[in-house]
Amino acid sequence: MATILVVSEIRNGQLKKVNFEAYSAARQLADQLNGDVATVLIGSSVSGLSDIPGKYGVNKVLQVEDASLEKFSPDAYAAVAAEAARHLNADFVFMPATAMGKDLLPRVATLLNASTAQDVIHMRVEDSGVVYTRPMFAGKILADVKLTSTPQTATLRPKAFTIQENPVTAATEALSVNVPQAKAVVEEVTTSGGGKLDVTEADVVVSGGRGMKGPENWHLLEELAELLGGATGASRAVVDAGWRPHGEQVGQTGKTVSPTLYIAVGISGAIQHLAGMLSSKYIVAINKDPDAPIFKVADYGIVGDAMEVLPRLIEEIKKLKAES
Amino acid sequence: MNIAVCMKQTPDTEAQIKIADDGTHIQTDGIKWIINPYDEFAIEEALRITEKHGGEVTLISLGPASVEKTIREGLAMGAHKAIRIDAPESPADPQVVGAALAEVLKEGNYDLILFGKQAIDDDQSQVPSIVATLLDLPAVAVVVKLDIEDGKATALREIEGGHEKVTFSLPAVVSAQRGLNEPRYRSLKGIMAAKKKPIEVKQINLKENQLSVEKLSYPPEKKPGRIVGEGPDAVPELVRLLHEEAKVI
Repeated sequence: MATILVVSEIRNGQLKKVNFEAYSAARQLADQLNGDVATVLIGSSVSGLSDIPGKYGVNKVLQVEDASLEKFSPDAYAAVAAEAARHLNADFVFMPATAMGKDLLPRVATLLNASTAQDVIHMRVEDSGVVYTRPMFAGKILADVKLTSTPQTATLRPKAFTIQENPVTAATEALSVNVPQAKAVVEEVTTSGGGKLDVTEADVVVSGGRGMKGPENWHLLEELAELLGGATGASRAVVDAGWRPHGEQVGQTGKTVSPTLYIAVGISGAIQHLAGMLSSKYIVAINKDPDAPIFKVADYGIVGDAMEVLPRLIEEIKKLKAES
Repeated sequence: MNIAVCMKQTPDTEAQIKIADDGTHIQTDGIKWIINPYDEFAIEEALRITEKHGGEVTLISLGPASVEKTIREGLAMGAHKAIRIDAPESPADPQVVGAALAEVLKEGNYDLILFGKQAIDDDQSQVPSIVATLLDLPAVAVVVKLDIEDGKATALREIEGGHEKVTFSLPAVVSAQRGLNEPRYRSLKGIMAAKKKPIEVKQINLKENQLSVEKLSYPPEKKPGRIVGEGPDAVPELVRLLHEEAKVI
């Protein structure tokens, strides 16, 4: 009987969607291994969140509450998560592959003498064990990897696993842990652009390249993104030119995104950009060069000047929204 | 300030990556090797800190003798010396790399240990966090701004949709993200000087891999799409397709 522990990510006192994806993926694996799913909630006050994980098939909720855990610290949180894994004798420890998870889980693995498959997009059970699929080279290559450590630890890429509701009554347990003195403490969290969605979290990403002609035209992309409830991204060329902050860059030396809809406006589609967005479900390209490589990967393309096509696209989508 | 920068040699970002016949490695023929781009930010930051506060920058890399070519490029940027941990190839398990680096780093009495936030080949983004845990040091990953004064440091770390401001004391581990700085070009003088800088080779026992690559594959090919039309007049049809066919808007 396998025990899978998901380390929940709490931000601003909330459980974000990425946790539900991880719970659902863990539940699915647990069903195949005839196992249980547990989660650990870490913070200064977490009991108010304890009812949520059960909706996604989590059988057990461990609460670790301590005043010193109010602010996130990778070293202190790792010590707590490792203790939770020991307490449950966990066979698997998972976390969302977010900024927090990608830092935290390798630390937990180190403390447990285990190893980590980072940024996993698919898991399957074979006779010989669990096979984790993870992208390398920003998605140009997929690697099937196996872990021989106990526990096996993995971070799960946001949006790669589907949320599945599967309500169960979860047992809750308060776990008391000697929290070590934090070595690095987050003093302050600032959100950029008034708390806009990050490109990695958005269902729709509208990205711009040199074809946008200048940073002063970005309001068009922002308007389109807002209409579609998405976020804006940028090509490396425009980030290098200083038009946009690097946090918006999509590609091999930027962020990898997998939205439902990716709209590339005035982006030619250099290989390093494609690597960062190829796993999008639908790709739309708008570019004036009919031979641009972006059209080879786009589901739908329009050949034309971005500055002419974009205002019309905004207008038509507004029309559609008004009708429905 | 005594600074170590851990660096990795990776294929160039523009390289076409092909799977080798063994199915678990990539073909290395014809690949142009570079310093992992994120490690360049780390080297640049180390140089700027030592230019301001004094001190020395040591590069540390793990791999066969062939990685010395990119180590020399780091030395050409201005790093003072280097250590190569001898290994036939880069281990698949970041815990193995982290343990080897930690063993070498703890002998060096470094005030600051810098990394790139991830290598652009295997995209693990694990080794800095592992090294910090093994050496029991404060660490901040994915840093876009770093200020050091009197043994105290403040770093701005990139997270989803914002930043975290983190305070810590030295010695510490920091991993560099794009935006931290603009790496300098290697000057001819720097390249000439690099040829004479020492690269010490260390032999250590690597721990056992607990992560193995079973198989590499290419992502499923996107089937070629269609050009809906030209110019703004094609927009209504595009919107119809997105709404009715793809059902995404």
